[in-house]
Amino acid sequence: MNFTSKALPLTMVVIFVAVMLAPVWMNRSGGMVKAPKPEITEAQKAAFGTECVRPASWMRANHMQLLNTWRDEVVRDSLREDDYNDRHIDKSLTRTCLKCHDNKKNFCDRCHTYASVKPYCWTCHVVPKEKI
Amino acid sequence: MGINRRDFLKGFGGLCAVAGMSASSGLLAVQGAEASSGSQGEEKSSDKSTVRWGMLIDTRKMSEADIKKCAEACHSNHNVPDYSNVPQLGHTEVPEGGNVKDEIKWIWPAKPYQAFPSMSTSQASTQFEHGVKSGEVVAVLCNHCENPPCVRVCPTKATFKNKQGITMMDMHRCIGCRFCMAGCPYGARSFNWREPRMDKNTLWGGRPITAEYPTRERGVVEKCLFCHERIEKSGVPASGQDLLPEQVPFCVKAAPAGAIVFGNLKDPNSRIREALRANHTVVRKSEAGTNPSVFYII
Amino acid sequence: MIERALTGSKKYLMWQGFLTLLVLMGVYAYSQQYMNGLGATGMSRDISWGVYIAQFTFLVGVAASAVMLVLPYYMHNFKDFGRIVVLGEFLAVAAVSMCLLFILADMGKPMRAVNVILYPTPNSVLFWDMIVLNVYLLLNLLCGMVAMESERKDMPPPKWIKPFIWVSIPWAVSIHTVTAFLYAGLPGRHFWLTAIMAPRFLASAFAGGPALLIILALILRKVTKFDAGDVAIRKLATITTYAAIINVFFVLLEFFTAYYSNVPGHAHTLDYLFFGLQEHGSDVVYNSLVPWMWTSAVFNIGAILLLLTPSTREKMGRLAFACTILFVGLWIDKGIGLVIGGFIPNPLEQIREYTPTAIEIMVTIGIWAIGFQILTTLYKVAVSIKEEKEAA
Repeated sequence: MNFTSKALPLTMVVIFVAVMLAPVWMNRSGGMVKAPKPEITEAQKAAFGTECVRPASWMRANHMQLLNTWRDEVVRDSLREDDYNDRHIDKSLTRTCLKCHDNKKNFCDRCHTYASVKPYCWTCHVVPKEKI
Repeated sequence: MGINRRDFLKGFGGLCAVAGMSASSGLLAVQGAEASSGSQGEEKSSDKSTVRWGMLIDTRKMSEADIKKCAEACHSNHNVPDYSNVPQLGHTEVPEGGNVKDEIKWIWPAKPYQAFPSMSTSQASTQFEHGVKSGEVVAVLCNHCENPPCVRVCPTKATFKNKQGITMMDMHRCIGCRFCMAGCPYGARSFNWREPRMDKNTLWGGRPITAEYPTRERGVVEKCLFCHERIEKSGVPASGQDLLPEQVPFCVKAAPAGAIVFGNLKDPNSRIREALRANHTVVRKSEAGTNPSVFYII
Repeated sequence: MIERALTGSKKYLMWQGFLTLLVLMGVYAYSQQYMNGLGATGMSRDISWGVYIAQFTFLVGVAASAVMLVLPYYMHNFKDFGRIVVLGEFLAVAAVSMCLLFILADMGKPMRAVNVILYPTPNSVLFWDMIVLNVYLLLNLLCGMVAMESERKDMPPPKWIKPFIWVSIPWAVSIHTVTAFLYAGLPGRHFWLTAIMAPRFLASAFAGGPALLIILALILRKVTKFDAGDVAIRKLATITTYAAIINVFFVLLEFFTAYYSNVPGHAHTLDYLFFGLQEHGSDVVYNSLVPWMWTSAVFNIGAILLLLTPSTREKMGRLAFACTILFVGLWIDKGIGLVIGGFIPNPLEQIREYTPTAIEIMVTIGIWAIGFQILTTLYKVAVSIKEEKEAA
């Protein structure tokens, strides 16, 4: 093989680009899976009121931070009442959030599985049995 | 032209160091901000200067069976696994005498000379002769010391004194170094050497998992937390008033009437303070300087 | 410079290969522990620290011993240590690396190790231990590498390294004092609650570290052209001897306090370690560590007697033997005796004994192998540079 020619490095660049773009190429025919929407039924909404503890759009982006903040405030500061909008909510994943979103499979897991996010909350906090 | 390998690595390393330092300082700043913002919220009467939960155990009123009932109430409601008949990891047989190695216990019966080693055995037996019912045992648990060595040694403040005087655990922060276990003079702490859940609904040892309280992960320390989750269901009672029934710790509820008194040590009118005035009481290992919140009538 | 560690004689490559094998076995064992929990070890509710922390405690001492070379050479111009200082510094690097690995192996949640930095807790000795150990590692790496590079370029070390070298001297004392403070400040553990914990640690460190260095220097003399020099080795032997004597003296002081005062809390652990101990009201005698402790005593005292004989310091074979049994004796005394003994009897006067499991031992050997690999690699670099210079 003649290593001073440009053919070999050029070939390798082509192969590299092809391998890197393969996922896009393989999904070109709409095989891309759209992000699934988390589900909440009317019955679930009726069980606890029509609103989440924060606006839904904010929650989508920030529920992780909210849970972390609540966790520290409850465990470390014993401040269990959330006064947002004067609603006096119990800061509890199990007793508040999961009262409404009690179907983990159809709600939490929808986005988490798609995004390959594995929050380890559930190793300790018990997933309530689905009622609705 | 041409940078040699050594100079390139030096420059790159320097760049990484600068980037790393700025990233970590940013991270620390965020954490600091989060921490300070996390402490907002209304301070009720339950701030650290007016509440200190304490317990008075009348050993004369508690037999070994009673203590075991309290232990069962505590352990089953807090998802504490029971490994006594579970083989150790890597083994198929349970060792003789049960699996003591992986044991987790928050409250349990102990012999008087075990709970109060500074009293010589002869002294102990004479003093206990008149009092303790059959079995000659006393209930031992975390003393929620006012000056706790465990809190002093924890490198992450995963164990800390909360505003109501409870020596708390933050399971999310514990790194499992077990320094607190070495530091506790009372042997009150247990470690999760293994996964406590046997399956989705049951703990090792057969206890069903109660949904109201979380289980723990392997790798963190746990102990009695004075049922803080129950106490916080309602506000701190007014001076001289008792806790509501749903606030009372599980062991206090399960014990024979009046055997365990639980209340606010800083409220001079509380029942526990009355009982402390009316009886001669002792604490465990007072020479350790820990100032426990658990008192005993022996 | 590191590329010098990638080539070498057949024996060297086989040694590195053997160590790699041990490391891989250790990694496998650790994976079992990581997946199933620390219950895979022999530690229990009562003996919550075992082999891992014992190794960490012992190795901090070995790491601190580098100061015994740095101090005479840099502060007192003891030129004969010139060739051997870098060996001491690199031994410190390997030892501290092992310490950090043992701590990680022992943690219940190693993935949360960063919490110690995110939530600094100045009242916790472990926080300070983390700081001093990591800084000491960096200090020794820096000083060793700079010394090596200066030697390679045939130039004196740059002036800016001097303050780092000076700092490393009290820092070496600090790492072991802080580690002793982990034990000496716990009100519930009477065996550890003694002011002599830090001096004892330092004495056994300054005995064990130089002993290991002597052995390493003698090995290097055999397998490479690197000769630390008889004067340096004999001086190290002197340091080791005095430190070993002081260490035994300190242990005997503990015996006096325990048995003359007759305070049960002080005496019980020594009873368990050296004579066997019964629980109150029981006939069962727990004594599984008794043969270990007496072996350690025989090794320590035997080594001292050997080292005091002039002929030992002349005959390198005898010196190597004395240093080996001293090192093993100190390893038993400080690792097993001190750490395990402190937990027995437990705070409720019960006795539960401890046996490490196979996984625990494999992880331990794996980490020691990593340490020896670091040591071998760094020594190969240092020795190659010196051999090149001598050939030129």
